[in-house]
Amino acid sequence: MIKDALIYLGTALVFVPIAKKLGIGSVLGYLIGGIVVGPFVLGFIGNEGHDVMHAAEFGVVMMLFVIGLELDPQVFWKMRKLVVGMGGLQMLLTAALVFPLLYWGLGYAFNPSLALAMTFAMSSTAIVLQTLKEKSLDQTLAGKSSFAVLLFQDIAVIPMLAVLPLLAVQKNVAEVSSHQLPPFLHFLDPYPSVILILAVGMVYVLSRFLVPMALRFIARLHTRELFTSAALFLVIGIAALMEMAGISAALGAFMAGVLLANSEFRHELESDLEPFKGLLLGIFFTAVGATINFEVVMREPLHLFGVVLTLMAIKWLVLSVLGRFFGLVSDQNILFAFLLSQIGEFGFVLLSSISQLQIVEKETIDFFMAVVTVSMILSPLFLFLNEKLIEPYFGVKLKVEEQEADVIEEHHQVILVGFGHFGSTLGRFLRANGVEATLIDHDSDQVAFLRKMGFKVFYGDGTRLDLLESAGAANAKVLISAMNAPEKNASLAELAMKHFPHLALFVRAKNRFDAYELMDLGVNNVYRESFSESVYMGVDVLTHLGMRKYTVLRKAQDFMKYDKAAMRRLAKLRHEMSSYISGVREEIELQEKLLNEDRKFSDKLQDSAWDSTKREKD
Amino acid sequence: MAKNKILVLLFHPRLEDSRVNAALVKAARKVKGVTVRDMYELYPDFNIDETREQKLLLQHDYIVWQHPFYWYSCPPLMKQWIDLVLEQGWAYGKDGDKLKGKKLFHVISSGGNFGAYSAEGRNKYTYLELLRPFELTARLCQIDYLPPLIVPSANALSAEEIEQYASFYQDLLGHLVEEQIVPEVFEKLNYWNDHTFSTT
Repeated sequence: MIKDALIYLGTALVFVPIAKKLGIGSVLGYLIGGIVVGPFVLGFIGNEGHDVMHAAEFGVVMMLFVIGLELDPQVFWKMRKLVVGMGGLQMLLTAALVFPLLYWGLGYAFNPSLALAMTFAMSSTAIVLQTLKEKSLDQTLAGKSSFAVLLFQDIAVIPMLAVLPLLAVQKNVAEVSSHQLPPFLHFLDPYPSVILILAVGMVYVLSRFLVPMALRFIARLHTRELFTSAALFLVIGIAALMEMAGISAALGAFMAGVLLANSEFRHELESDLEPFKGLLLGIFFTAVGATINFEVVMREPLHLFGVVLTLMAIKWLVLSVLGRFFGLVSDQNILFAFLLSQIGEFGFVLLSSISQLQIVEKETIDFFMAVVTVSMILSPLFLFLNEKLIEPYFGVKLKVEEQEADVIEEHHQVILVGFGHFGSTLGRFLRANGVEATLIDHDSDQVAFLRKMGFKVFYGDGTRLDLLESAGAANAKVLISAMNAPEKNASLAELAMKHFPHLALFVRAKNRFDAYELMDLGVNNVYRESFSESVYMGVDVLTHLGMRKYTVLRKAQDFMKYDKAAMRRLAKLRHEMSSYISGVREEIELQEKLLNEDRKFSDKLQDSAWDSTKREKD
Repeated sequence: MAKNKILVLLFHPRLEDSRVNAALVKAARKVKGVTVRDMYELYPDFNIDETREQKLLLQHDYIVWQHPFYWYSCPPLMKQWIDLVLEQGWAYGKDGDKLKGKKLFHVISSGGNFGAYSAEGRNKYTYLELLRPFELTARLCQIDYLPPLIVPSANALSAEEIEQYASFYQDLLGHLVEEQIVPEVFEKLNYWNDHTFSTT
């Protein structure tokens, strides 16, 4: 147990940083790590990898629970067209195209071909969501569309699992049933649909009424770890219940998540489960890598890769046609197609169900398990290649167009990276004052629109050196980093200081703590996005309470000046605090220091301007 | 029917701590035909809307500059107002005659008194002498610069004394609105302080 933990965690510690440094994403890091420590290379993990994978599927269960939690019914309703339209068509078309391949191409019987075709329509929620988050693509059109399709697939697993028994050649349901009911419920064995309905009903009643009640009780005890235990108990409990009923645990968790999305515990549950989810997903990916059966792969490597690539090509094609149909253009559409072109972890679930129902013989199942695994490994690789080889082409294409448009190549003095809510206001203000900036943004739809409006925009990841070069960083004076993700701004700042030391850097920070990080890097011009606004809101509040505007405005200006100075002091002080104080504890500690500093400011608050009598008294 | 319209421009950076100006402006607000503009409240950021200010000037016959006497002069926002609103080509210079014939006077609260503000006194010069830059400003704009109203010893006044100044101010504005004070009367005056209302 301890040895296993060491191997899995060690693998993550070695391979994920390498993968991150190479820019190929953590998923691929886990997968490759799994292959390397697996039975066919180093052999640290033997055949027990399957058990670990089974255990780590819990990561997938938790992920779906969290997805469910995040799924505000209103948001879901807004997405319904995308989810049902795009998701439904994706599954239908993919299955319709894969079926003939299996039936005529590979010569499987009708029922197995149908079951397998449905299975291969699934994509990997785990891989895609992880990738989206890591590359901060979740707000792009491709990201949102992917999420919609995945959502449909995750929901579609229920009816699919329900339909599979109908495809079984042997109709003896009791023998092939996957549920393990306690003895007193054995009379239900012949009626799997009743079990399904009962189980779903139970999840509904539990998460709607009993769980919130229990959580409310636990929350009142103010013992944080107890709440974490409750969150874990909840997810594991639902998983166990679902397994008993022979339904996918992930699905039950997803349902429970959706039902709890409206409760007041949504964020608490989410943040409590987040680290477990991440850890288990990592182990899951590693286990997928470790369980890849190289014997099966080596037996007919060409055949296997042929099947994998054909399947992925079909999925890719269906996705890109659908993407176009639903309004995705150029690289967003290609990204969307690449994102979802693998066969996902639900493939394992469905395949094992198919195997239990004896729809397909064991050998074929092994083969297709390998197919699913290989496609999961290839997928991040394809995404990486897409990012490095195909996406830059769009950037270059736009660049060439741009150069054709402006015959005289003029370089702006200002480069503005990130044209979101923050950057756009800033850019508009600069433009209103006759300062044109060269813009870099990674949302191609936004870029296309801005180009139409006559902005000079480059598409791409602003933290890429070549892009900065082509945007004229060598001749510019000012570089503004206004991206949404703080770590992106930090890495751009580092890159710019290293390669373009002459540039004056102005960097957006989400909050005080981002600002500290940036100051540690040596950035002096740091702007907290909510800072001025919150002070000015205070100005209006005080005015509303009857204070004179000019007085309050002066106070606000004083306060901002003081706060900036305090931030510089605390940025240094922060490193003197003992290192074990981290995260929330550190925030509280710093907050305390800050409030103490405020007292000094308040002491000076008694302003004696314009009033000599008060001054004399002081 | 009111004959004249008066625009009172109050410049006080700390009205919340003021006794005199607060009482005066309260009295002024009671007079029909008087528009009071609390300038520090309107432009706390000093970003004066000159178009709006010019429009208001055109709509009124009398302009009152009301402010405390800081360093023998006006608070900075008033200087900003003069610099921005009295534009060349509009208020003075070529074609700059939009304010021709308007009447303007100061209402000033002062820590000192007439004795201190005299050749023999501590401040060596009279209020009128010190206000000459403003008089010239008005003259360049072809505005009649009327005698100022001074509230002296502003820090030492009792509540009753302040009330007396306030009601005097209120009467003054009322009479000017009704055009009950003819030029022959104020042309002879140095300060409004010397004026007495005929009680007919």
